[in-house]
Amino acid sequence: MATNRIENTAKQIVLTVQDYFLFAGRAFLNLFRPPIYWTDFLTQSDIIGVGSLPIVILSGFFTGGVLALQSASTLSEFGAAAVTGQFVSLTMIRELGAVLTGIMVSGRNASSMASELGSMVVTEQIDAMRALGVDPLRKLVTPRIFASILMLLLLTIVADAFGIVGGAAVTVFLNHQNGTQYFHMAYEHLRYPDIIQGLVKPLFFGYILGSIGCFYGMRTTGGTEGVGRATISAVVNSSVLIIAVDFLITHVLLSIFPT
Amino acid sequence: MIHTADSSSPSPAPPPDAGPVVALQEVSVAFDGPPVLSDITFSVAPGETRVLLGPAGVGKSVLLKLIIGLLRPQQGNIMLFGEDISRIPEEKLFPLRTRAGMVFQEGALFDSLTVRDNVAYQLIQERVPDDEIDSRVHEALSFVGLEQTFDLYPASLSGGMRRRVAIARALIRQPELLLYDSPTGGLDPVTSNTIIELIVKQRDVHRSPSLLVTHRLQDAFTLCNHRYDSEQGHMVPLPPGETNRNTTFLMLDEGRLIFDGSLHELVHSENEFVREFLQ
Repeated sequence: MATNRIENTAKQIVLTVQDYFLFAGRAFLNLFRPPIYWTDFLTQSDIIGVGSLPIVILSGFFTGGVLALQSASTLSEFGAAAVTGQFVSLTMIRELGAVLTGIMVSGRNASSMASELGSMVVTEQIDAMRALGVDPLRKLVTPRIFASILMLLLLTIVADAFGIVGGAAVTVFLNHQNGTQYFHMAYEHLRYPDIIQGLVKPLFFGYILGSIGCFYGMRTTGGTEGVGRATISAVVNSSVLIIAVDFLITHVLLSIFPT
Repeated sequence: MIHTADSSSPSPAPPPDAGPVVALQEVSVAFDGPPVLSDITFSVAPGETRVLLGPAGVGKSVLLKLIIGLLRPQQGNIMLFGEDISRIPEEKLFPLRTRAGMVFQEGALFDSLTVRDNVAYQLIQERVPDDEIDSRVHEALSFVGLEQTFDLYPASLSGGMRRRVAIARALIRQPELLLYDSPTGGLDPVTSNTIIELIVKQRDVHRSPSLLVTHRLQDAFTLCNHRYDSEQGHMVPLPPGETNRNTTFLMLDEGRLIFDGSLHELVHSENEFVREFLQ
């Protein structure tokens, strides 16, 4: 009995993973085959990009501030408080800017994609769209995925910038250190591989949060309760996958660009 | 004795030798369990209106979705406009679907779009100029008597109005086949009558072949016993004993087609389930 249950669950997981890769792959290829719905792409870019700007600015700023606070006390024990700028900028650009932005935007947009598409599924709007001769994958999914990728790239740059500014604010106003020195250290020790690492990650994270949000939305079953379940699955799975993929990308990029 | 009558219509009757618009051949479908539909075989001829009767949960909506390719059969063949759609890829189905119109059970209007954009959905995708879209939407909304809702959102419409907008959306490109999924389900008798009048009007004015799913016998009989009078601008009863000869019936029970015939044959059927259903 228990063995059967484990077997069925395992099969279900494998099937879900297979469905996800087929779904995400088709949605990706649609970008290179007409018709391409540019208006929907711009609308989604506005919703994801402009709509997420406040939370990304705030989370970036305070994360940079916390990094400066925590690092300054430890670094000062070694007489290295001057490298706070370097520490904050490298951490934000290489790691935290992309991951935090990915998780914040995932919480906001993967959930909204899953609930919006899920509601459309349970009210037969997706079937109506297909019956009207329009492919929902092209019309709804592909623009959301590509808007997520592009916007996450831009939002990560914003988060990095505000993180460094947040670190500077703490360094100058709370730790009473020199601001010029902070920015000098932040800039001087930055290398191109650091920036590449910081800008490659959001491309993957955007794809993950867009495709997972749409995937769970489009396979919603079970009425309004199903919409709730789809939303939870989208946020949880995209957030966990972002962190897991971050580890893999970091490992690969560090082997390509050793520090 | 029931006589049949051909309703007066400005549209020419379809050629008698034209093939069926829809033909199902031994179609079966199941979803992780016992078959929902088994060995379903019937067709819809040009100009014909078929009323699919049956109790709730018997697979009527599934059958409509199979016909337009929203679901795929496990067995059998479905011919739509002369093409076998049972196993063709989804991309090839989209152009075929644009030739048909479907009215969903609850209307299935797009919440985020106005009535104008809902009705004009296909035209917008085809990049038809805005002026032409506006005029055709006004025409379609006027057909269903809802011109005043042009700029409204679906959330501000009643259930009956949503169904009528859904009918306008299905009709805007003058489809070659119309599929109605319980268009009067859950509506009050007056609103139901308005919807049935629209279906009679479409049948008699445009001669569109259609398949209507319902579990309400009253709607089915109204369709059969009435015609649309263009001069009076509303539906009128046919003379006593006469029925519309292009309107015929199908009945499903436990996933099987148990009846296919005219109103006369339906009311005189010896099938136990049909007799029980009619009573």
